[in-house]
Amino acid sequence: MTIIEEQDARVGLPRLNEPAPAFEAVTTAGVLKLADFEGSWLILFSHPADFTPVCTTEFMAFAEIYPELQKRGTELLGLSIDSVYSHIAWLRNIEEKTGTKIPFPVIADLDRKVATAFGMVMPGESKTETSRCVFVIDPKGILRAMIYYPLTTGRNMDEILRLVDALQTADANAVATPANWRPGDKVIVPAPNTTELAEERVDAGLECVDWYLCKKSL
Amino acid sequence: MACVAPDGSLSTSGRLLLEAVRPDSGAEDVAAITGMPLYRVRSSLRELTEAGFVSEQDGRYSQTELGVAKAKSGR
Repeated sequence: MTIIEEQDARVGLPRLNEPAPAFEAVTTAGVLKLADFEGSWLILFSHPADFTPVCTTEFMAFAEIYPELQKRGTELLGLSIDSVYSHIAWLRNIEEKTGTKIPFPVIADLDRKVATAFGMVMPGESKTETSRCVFVIDPKGILRAMIYYPLTTGRNMDEILRLVDALQTADANAVATPANWRPGDKVIVPAPNTTELAEERVDAGLECVDWYLCKKSL
Repeated sequence: MACVAPDGSLSTSGRLLLEAVRPDSGAEDVAAITGMPLYRVRSSLRELTEAGFVSEQDGRYSQTELGVAKAKSGR
């Protein structure tokens, strides 16, 4: 076994553009399988622990963007290494104290099976908590994006929405999106891979910096 | 269980879901009737099947005799 294989086996990190690890887990909405989300985009995210301050602000923020995610055919699923009873108590507490109802299920991953499969525990940071991970899974169950944040830093919901928009735009139009892209901005046309296509590119009515960097409006 | 309590009674969503199961329904049909997210419908149909209220064949669902009686009882 190579060093990289040993590391992968130990940490169990998933890989982009491969099927997301299948799971069946107890959640606040009953037992859910990854396959239950087939046909929808899914954002699976982990938080370190219930009844903690940064996580509480994140859950309120995820609840706030949930309607926007639904417009994009995207579901949310939280996870931490807490019991379902702890989750229920915390979600009820959030609603009682802040008026924010959490509209998405949360996995109670006490046996860490899902956390391990997705590489959510970063032993260098905490051996008992999941880090702030975000996995974007497409309607076919393929892992399309991952974001990892440390325990100290709450996630940026704008970026998560932007990421979903960018992935869906790329899929629908066979394009890529440039840095800081927002819906409505020009998109990047894939670079040509032959000299003939490179020459034709110049006359294609695109906005080109050079043959390899061309943009267009959708 | 999310929609079937340990005593066999149904939650509000479980009752709605059971009532929405017509003969030979797909999960998408039930989701359209109830307005519930498809993942919730799939999960709940699995529970209702395990509890004997619904039967499943090739991804199509129907109420069982027990399910019909349960839906009528309103519990």
